[in-house]
Amino acid sequence: MSDQARQNMLMRLEGSGGRSTTVTLPQAVLEERTPAERSKELQTMMEKVRTEVHRIEPVKLLDKLAEIVAGKGIGSLVFAADSILGKNIQQKWSETKGLKLIPYENSIEEFKEELFAVDAGITSTFAGIAETGTLVLWPDQHEPRLMSLVPPIHIAILDEKRIFHNFREMLVKEKWNQEMPTNVLLISGPSKTGDIEFSLQYGVHGPKELVVLILEEQ
Amino acid sequence: MENPNQNLSSPKEKFVKGFQKSLNDPQLRKNFRNASFALKSMRQTAFPDEAAFKELQELGHRIKMKALKNLGPLLRQLEQKCQEKGIQVHWAESTDEANQIVLEICQRNNAASVIKGKSMVTEEMHLNHFLEQHKIEAIETDLGEYIIQLDHETPSHIIAPAIHKDKKQIAQLFNDKIEGAGYTEVYEELNAIARKSLRKKFYKADVGITGVNFAIAETGTICLVENEGNGRMCSTLPPVHIAVMGMEKVIPTLEELPPLLTLLARSATGQPISTYFNMINSPRKEGEKDGPKEVHLVILDNRRSQIYQDEHLQKTLLCIRCGACLNHCPVYSRIGGHAYNQVYPGPIGKILAPQMNGLESTGGVHNASSLCGACGEVCPVKIPIPEILLRLRYEGVNKSRSSKVHEHGTQQNFKESMAWKFWEKIHASPVLYKTNSGLGNLLNSVMPKNAGPLKNWSEFREVPQFAAKSLHQLAREKGVADE
Repeated sequence: MSDQARQNMLMRLEGSGGRSTTVTLPQAVLEERTPAERSKELQTMMEKVRTEVHRIEPVKLLDKLAEIVAGKGIGSLVFAADSILGKNIQQKWSETKGLKLIPYENSIEEFKEELFAVDAGITSTFAGIAETGTLVLWPDQHEPRLMSLVPPIHIAILDEKRIFHNFREMLVKEKWNQEMPTNVLLISGPSKTGDIEFSLQYGVHGPKELVVLILEEQ
Repeated sequence: MENPNQNLSSPKEKFVKGFQKSLNDPQLRKNFRNASFALKSMRQTAFPDEAAFKELQELGHRIKMKALKNLGPLLRQLEQKCQEKGIQVHWAESTDEANQIVLEICQRNNAASVIKGKSMVTEEMHLNHFLEQHKIEAIETDLGEYIIQLDHETPSHIIAPAIHKDKKQIAQLFNDKIEGAGYTEVYEELNAIARKSLRKKFYKADVGITGVNFAIAETGTICLVENEGNGRMCSTLPPVHIAVMGMEKVIPTLEELPPLLTLLARSATGQPISTYFNMINSPRKEGEKDGPKEVHLVILDNRRSQIYQDEHLQKTLLCIRCGACLNHCPVYSRIGGHAYNQVYPGPIGKILAPQMNGLESTGGVHNASSLCGACGEVCPVKIPIPEILLRLRYEGVNKSRSSKVHEHGTQQNFKESMAWKFWEKIHASPVLYKTNSGLGNLLNSVMPKNAGPLKNWSEFREVPQFAAKSLHQLAREKGVADE
C-alpha cells in the first residue's frame, strides 16, 4: 500500500512545481556582546514567562541549590548520578538529611512509577538563547528526556558562556546539521496553556515551575 | 458525532443553516468576539514594527516557496535521512490509507490506549473516531482538544480548539464528564482537574500520536511546536510514537527553520517562541533510558499533490497553520469555526477545504468572504488568500477539462449565467446600451424598496438611486467629444 502510494504521490509532484525560488537568509552571527549581557537578556525574557532565574558564582551552586530545595520543600529530586554535577549533589546531600535523591538509572519501563511521584528534576543544559529566553537541552543516556518533563519542578543549570544571541547563530556555530542527539529540546518557561478563555495557566502537563541557575563567567 | 444538520440535503443548505444558527447565538458570538480580540492583540504586540514584519513575512514566503518548488526531491531526502536513523516512513494517498497505517502500527503493538497531541491533519483523517471503531481508546491531551473531546465536538479554531466555550460551560462539562471533578469556575482548579485526569492517561498509554509542524529534509528531523508539554509526553513516554504530516510540511535545511518558527509563534499567540520546541531525530538508541522504541512518520497526501499541480493554487500549501487569518476574518469572528462544517475553518479553510473535498461538497464556503483582504495581509507566509478565493469562484463555473480543481464547474447557476449573457449582449451593442442606461432613471420610481429581487439586500441598506442623467449625457453637456 505504502509503496504504491509513495510512487503515485511523488509522480504527481514531478514537473509541476514551476520555477524555483532562492532564499537569502540574514546574517547568522550578530553583534558580539558579552556573556553577561546575553545572560541579562535571557533572564529578562524568561522572567516574563514566570521562570525563576538566579545568576550565581559557580562555587555557590550547591548552596543555592540547597536553598531552593529547602525553600520549595522539595522532598525528592531526580538527577543524573554519573555526571560531575550528580557526584557533587550526592556528596552534598550525604551530609544533610531531608532530601531523597533519586538517580535515573533504569529504563522508563521500570522507573515510571517512581518518576511520576518525584517532586523535582535537575538537569544540565546544552546552551541558552538570549533573544527568546530559551534553554536548549540535549538529553542523553545519563540525563534522559523525561527528567525535564514529568516532575512538577524543573531545575536547570546554564553556563553563561554558552548563551547565544539567537537560535540561528547557535545552529550555525554549533553545526547542528552535522550531528544532533535523539531529541533536542528548546524550553522557554514552565508548561502553560491559554485554552480556557485565554487565561494564562502554568503547569498544565509539564513542569509547573522552572528554575534556572546561571553560572556567571569568572 | 452530534450534528444537528445531518438530515439536511445539500452541503450548501447545511452551511447556510449553520451560519444562521451561529449568528443567532449570543453566547457564541460573545465567545468569538472575545477570542478574536484577544488573539489579534497578542499578535499585534509581537509585531510592533510593520516594516520588520513585512521583511520577515517575505523571508517566510520565500523559504516555504523554495520548499514547495522542490517538494518531490525534499520528501525523498527526508525519507532517506529518517530511515538512516531508524525512523520508519509511511506514505498515504488518502485519509483512509493513513488511518489504516496508524491502525496497523497500533494493533501490532497491542495498543489499547493512544494519547494524542494536537494535530489538524489527524482531524482531517477523523482518526479518533476510526480508532474507537477498532476498540482503541484515543485521548486528546491538549487542554482545548481534551475539553471538546469530552463534549464530542470538533475544533472551532486550529490553534485554540475550545474557544467557542466559556469557563462556565467548561466547568459544567468537567463536572458532568470527569469523575470526582466537582463544579468549579476557577481557572487554576479547572487546569488542575485536567492535569490530574490526563496524567493517568499519559501513564498507561501504549502509543503516542502527534502531528508535525516542520520536517527538516537535510537532517531528517521532526519538529513539534507546543506550550503545554503534552506533545512531549506523547512523543516521549509511550513505547511507540507516530507522527503524521501533510506532505507540504517539509523544509530543506535546518538554517531555514528559525524564521518560520518565529513567524509561527508570533502570528499564532504573540509569543517570541513557543514554550517547547521539540526536535525528534530518532527512536531510543542503545543505552538510552527513555523515548519511544519505534518512531513512525506518516506522510499524507489527501489531494495536496493535486492542488500542487496548479502553480497559482499551489500557494495554498504554504500554510504553517498559525490561525492568524481566522482571528482577523470578519466572517470567522462572527460565525465561529463550526458553522463552516469543515475541518479547517476561516479563510485558510475557505481555500483549502474546497480544494481537498470539492467545491460543491463543501457547500460554497469559498463564497463566504467579503474579500476585505485582511487574511492575506496578516498571513506570515504571504498566501494570497483573497486571490485564491476569487480563483475558486471562477473554477466553480469553469467547465473546462483542463481544470485541476476538484468539482470544478459544479457551481453554475442558471439565473446567474442568464444575467451575464444578457449583460454581455447589452454591452456589445451601442443601441441596446444606450436604451438600457436610459431606463435606469425610470426604474427609480418603479423599484419596490423592501420587496422584490433586492429585498434581502435592501432590508439593511439604502438602495442607491439611478442618476437622472447618464455619464455619457453629462460628459456631452460639458463639451467632451463623444466618439
